Amino acid sequence: MAVRPTTITVDDPHAGHAGGHHGDGAGRPPHLKHYFVSSEQQFDAAKLGMWLFLVTEILLFGGMFVAYGIYRSMYPELFSEASTQLDTVMGALNTIVLLGSSLTVAWSIRAIQMNNKKLCFWLLVTTIVLAGMFMVVKYFEYTHKFELGILPGQNMVYAEGTTFTLPGLGDGNIASGVGNADGADPGGAEANNAGAHAAEGTSLHDLAEAGVSTRADLHAEGAEHGYVPGEHGLTNQRAGLFFSIYYVMTGIHGLHVLIGMVAIGILAVKTWRGKYSDAWYTPVENVGLYWHVVDVIWIFLFPLMYLI
Amino acid sequence: MSTTTAAAPVRTQSAPAPKHPPGHEPVHNYLLEPGPSPDVRGLARVWPTVKAWVTTVDHKRIGVMYLFAVSFFFAVAGIAALLVRAELMNPGSDFLTADEYNRMFTLHGVMMVFLFIVPSIPGSLGNFVLPIMLGVKDVAFPKLNLASFYVFIAGASIAVYAILSGGIDTGWTFYTPYSDETNTAVLPMTMAVFVAGFASILTGINFIVTIHKMRAPGLTWNRLPLFIWALYAVSIVQVLATPVVGITMILLAMERLLNIGIFDPALGGDPVLFQHFFWFYSHPAVYIMILPAFGVISELMGTFSRQKVFGYRAIALSSVAIAMLGFLVWGHHMFVSGQSPLSSIVFSLITFLIGVPSGIKVLNWVWTMYRGSVWLTTPMLYALSFLFLFTIGGLTGIMVGTLAVDVHLHDTYFVVAHFHYVMMGGTVMAMIGGLFYWWPKMFGRMMSETWGRISAGVVFFGFNMTFFTQFILGSQGMPRRYFTYLPEYHDLHQVSTIGSWFLGLGLLLVLGNMIWSLFKGKPAPGNPWGAATLEWTHATSPPDHHNFHRTPLVTHGPYDYGVLFSGDGYSGDGAGGDGSGGDGSRGPAPIPNPELGAPQEMEKSIDLGLAQPKPSRD
Repeated sequence: MAVRPTTITVDDPHAGHAGGHHGDGAGRPPHLKHYFVSSEQQFDAAKLGMWLFLVTEILLFGGMFVAYGIYRSMYPELFSEASTQLDTVMGALNTIVLLGSSLTVAWSIRAIQMNNKKLCFWLLVTTIVLAGMFMVVKYFEYTHKFELGILPGQNMVYAEGTTFTLPGLGDGNIASGVGNADGADPGGAEANNAGAHAAEGTSLHDLAEAGVSTRADLHAEGAEHGYVPGEHGLTNQRAGLFFSIYYVMTGIHGLHVLIGMVAIGILAVKTWRGKYSDAWYTPVENVGLYWHVVDVIWIFLFPLMYLI
Repeated sequence: MSTTTAAAPVRTQSAPAPKHPPGHEPVHNYLLEPGPSPDVRGLARVWPTVKAWVTTVDHKRIGVMYLFAVSFFFAVAGIAALLVRAELMNPGSDFLTADEYNRMFTLHGVMMVFLFIVPSIPGSLGNFVLPIMLGVKDVAFPKLNLASFYVFIAGASIAVYAILSGGIDTGWTFYTPYSDETNTAVLPMTMAVFVAGFASILTGINFIVTIHKMRAPGLTWNRLPLFIWALYAVSIVQVLATPVVGITMILLAMERLLNIGIFDPALGGDPVLFQHFFWFYSHPAVYIMILPAFGVISELMGTFSRQKVFGYRAIALSSVAIAMLGFLVWGHHMFVSGQSPLSSIVFSLITFLIGVPSGIKVLNWVWTMYRGSVWLTTPMLYALSFLFLFTIGGLTGIMVGTLAVDVHLHDTYFVVAHFHYVMMGGTVMAMIGGLFYWWPKMFGRMMSETWGRISAGVVFFGFNMTFFTQFILGSQGMPRRYFTYLPEYHDLHQVSTIGSWFLGLGLLLVLGNMIWSLFKGKPAPGNPWGAATLEWTHATSPPDHHNFHRTPLVTHGPYDYGVLFSGDGYSGDGAGGDGSGGDGSRGPAPIPNPELGAPQEMEKSIDLGLAQPKPSRD
């Protein structure tokens, strides 16, 4: 009976049975997991997995970029006006810092590929320092805005018909919250818009246009209440929308920077201990990929938020 | 049972089965090892056993833990459904207030969707079977696999917390602006969905990488079992769609927490944007729910028709096509939400296109049975139920995807009946069928065929009684999610509620059968169904801790049942080719005795691990 072989031995069949110490089969390097056939397979698998994870990251931010795009097209004046509140110099500084950190992390991968562990370690440390600088600049940007009263949500009233004011400058009606919107509405703007809303379904463009058309009035109204347009920069009653998106996007990006710092910190410690070499540097490569994505997201955030 | 002349059932041995069929005694068993050594006895075994299980990175154990977890949530959400149905027995309030009713159906929806159906087949059957089908020892990232289970449990715990802190009443869709305003526990529930989504992503990444990088030698893409193809398509959807629902849930939570206005029209936001975001995930998510079921059905249809799955490539690629097209149809949930008529027309058209790959699958399954030896075991009965119910669900899906019809049927019981026919009649039937099919492999025990067949009948009857009536109710105008109704709907509501009791009884029979088999079931041979994929042909029942003692060399397609039974099966007639190879002219393969397994050539390929490894010469 001519039966071809149905099994072949391409690995040590009992590698996994020795007391649970996986991958301790003879002749297998210590980093090679028992369920992989070769180091190449393990490296390829890890890298493909990382790329897939990065795709999910892009899609996560993609949702926010879509929200940004939609509201920018709905309220173009709002965005051009509110973005003047952001400090372009700080943003540019952060861009340079982050680009520099991308360089050092790429360089560290090259260093470990050349088996230069010491250089790799110091480049990783430099990366952490640069990432820390990024967060410090971000901290100053945030606190500056908090001092101006630009906080996410709480202190902004931006319902239709209400002027955006900074706390203490505006009238008392507009302390906080959605519920005050009606109270703060001096006249018929809200009712008119509600009518338009009811008549035309969810046509928010109409609302936006109505808001734009009354902006001149609101200017005047703001001035009456002692609000000086231009000084604090904001006359648009929905400026909070821009800052909502700004805080959410930069906040989640900042969280990614922090996670990256932790990951690179672990890498640095392990590099110091000599865990990685030119024979095995998969984690360095993968964290490097992650860091580039964090960088790329910022490259998009910076012009969208600060420049245009 | 239809057989052709060429295929008399082969029952070579009729002696009473020994404890394990000869040659099929499992030497190693993932259920027992790693664990405490045999000399540890009594209660002292408990803690080491528990510790070995909760810290395991073995995909099989993780699959079993997923199975228990999703079964638990299925039971809880099912009880909620029974309560909802019981309340609807009569108009007005019977034992739930309107507010409690809203929370109850939301609980049912959220738990069923996010904690049961999405992780159900990939998490339990997929995790268990996928690496063995690929001929590898584990998935590419075993620790990530375990992490995905615990992330899922964390998400589920947050959901339970949300329910205990009052529940939510938004429906499972969390539509804004209502979800901005309601005082119920929207915040924890959205976080639960976000966290559980991570589990889905991790599983998806793991599966894609494993399928791409770790297939056994000889296992080409054209020899991949169709279950693998389906899981591959599912994983793509999981990886691409889940992050979007993640960010949607974050934005919704931030909106409630910080009072920012992204979806709330009072703050300048756009509630329709929420619907776009939500359905951009949740429509592909219905393919996350149904595609694994397609894969299971393909396996069942082939094995229990005893011949090659007809149109192998068409079925494989239609899974991928559904995954891709599934991203382009989300707008059909929003025909009456005020999107532009042009986009509605486009979305409606692409929705019709989805019917093409789905139809390809259904027709190919029917063709697979044609001239086969249809073997009416319990798994096959569930597969036939699936075929019947999914076809109804799919065709009514085309109806509600039609622009003009949808305006009439939108938010009625017709839609409820449609998606229950797809989700329950499709996914749950396939999952139960798959469980009956893989149960001997998972636990080494055969389930009762008699009670299995009875349960299939009761479930099928109860399901149709519950949900077919809802098609009629919906077409007559009964709106979904309503607490009470007009008197003219009373009779049909009563029929539906009584049907739900039959359905519950049938599912209880399934559960009872499973528990019974664990203690009293006959030991399963390596390949009770005479199937040709690696988990049956090369692994013991239950499998060894590392699945295989030798990495299998794949020399034939996944549905070449004939080669298992013929002495020289590896030559000629397309065997040794791919899944679509072979001309099938030899007729269907014989039917094995499930208590003895496929006793012919293939048993040689099950390596019990008794042989000592030869020292390497080179």
